Amino acid sequence: MNRVRFSVGDKALVADLRKPDHVRTPDYLIGHTGEVIQFCGYFLNPEDLSVGRTSGPMVPLYRIQFRMETLWRAPQRHPDDRLCIEIYDHWLIPAIETGSDF
Amino acid sequence: MTLRTPSPSHDHHDHDHGGATHEHDSLVVEDEVGNLLAQQMVDALLIRRGILSASEVTMEIQNLEAPGTHLGAKMVARAWLDSAYKQRLLRNGEDGAAELKIKIGEAQLVVVENTPTLHNVVVCTLCSCYPRSILGQPPSWYISTAYRARTVREPARVLGEFGLTLPLTTAICVHDSNADMRFLVLPMRPVGTEGMTEGELSQLVTRDSIIGVALVATPSR
Repeated sequence: MNRVRFSVGDKALVADLRKPDHVRTPDYLIGHTGEVIQFCGYFLNPEDLSVGRTSGPMVPLYRIQFRMETLWRAPQRHPDDRLCIEIYDHWLIPAIETGSDF
Repeated sequence: MTLRTPSPSHDHHDHDHGGATHEHDSLVVEDEVGNLLAQQMVDALLIRRGILSASEVTMEIQNLEAPGTHLGAKMVARAWLDSAYKQRLLRNGEDGAAELKIKIGEAQLVVVENTPTLHNVVVCTLCSCYPRSILGQPPSWYISTAYRARTVREPARVLGEFGLTLPLTTAICVHDSNADMRFLVLPMRPVGTEGMTEGELSQLVTRDSIIGVALVATPSR
């Protein structure tokens, strides 16, 4: 079982894994940095489940929030407009805080 | 019906595989005389081999289609009336549902609260993840590619097309629900509902307000 690498408040970058299979990470988040807002627990990896591998390993799942302003590189109607999504651990790279992200 | 792959914790419907290369707005595929392709596959694979009986398949369809908006509405109404319940519900959605004898079958439940300064709206960009245990089957617009693509990109405009214009002082949080959580938006209790019972309040709560594309309106009397 992979260890939990991120705590609430940590910054994380969404990796470009270029996986062809049943991924649950939408393309529009690749390369963007967000903030961890919740550890959801351990779950079977959907990339395994989609091809019938139901024996694990379990992977940590987090909820991450992104600023809309940085996500779409455009001013938004409200500075706190945001997007929240669940990302499995292996898609995340620890990131340092930057001025423009959460 | 749609075919589903049994999985212990990851119960999706109608997935894209490998990116947005194929559409799946059409949930039901029929042949020239109207037989459902999925039904034929279930028949060929499971019933004729004796793995499932036809009545078991029928029962499962009934179970899938039995839940409706009233379950989510009941949770919202209880949360409006009982602040301690609301706190428990926000902390753990399944426990809050279980208190009302509502079982969340497909995933874990996250409850997000609307306030005057924050409005939540739910979308599934990759497929059609939806809290079916408490809202039943999703509306057709929820699984449309337009709603899925545009809600993450221009939520205020999408909400405007639903007739919901938020004050500029209210931030929007879009929840892209793609994995093992499902989301229930706890809408704001409308003014003019003082003294109403849980049953009366739950009648006001709409499916759209729990998805986050509408507010709960003040009742007209």
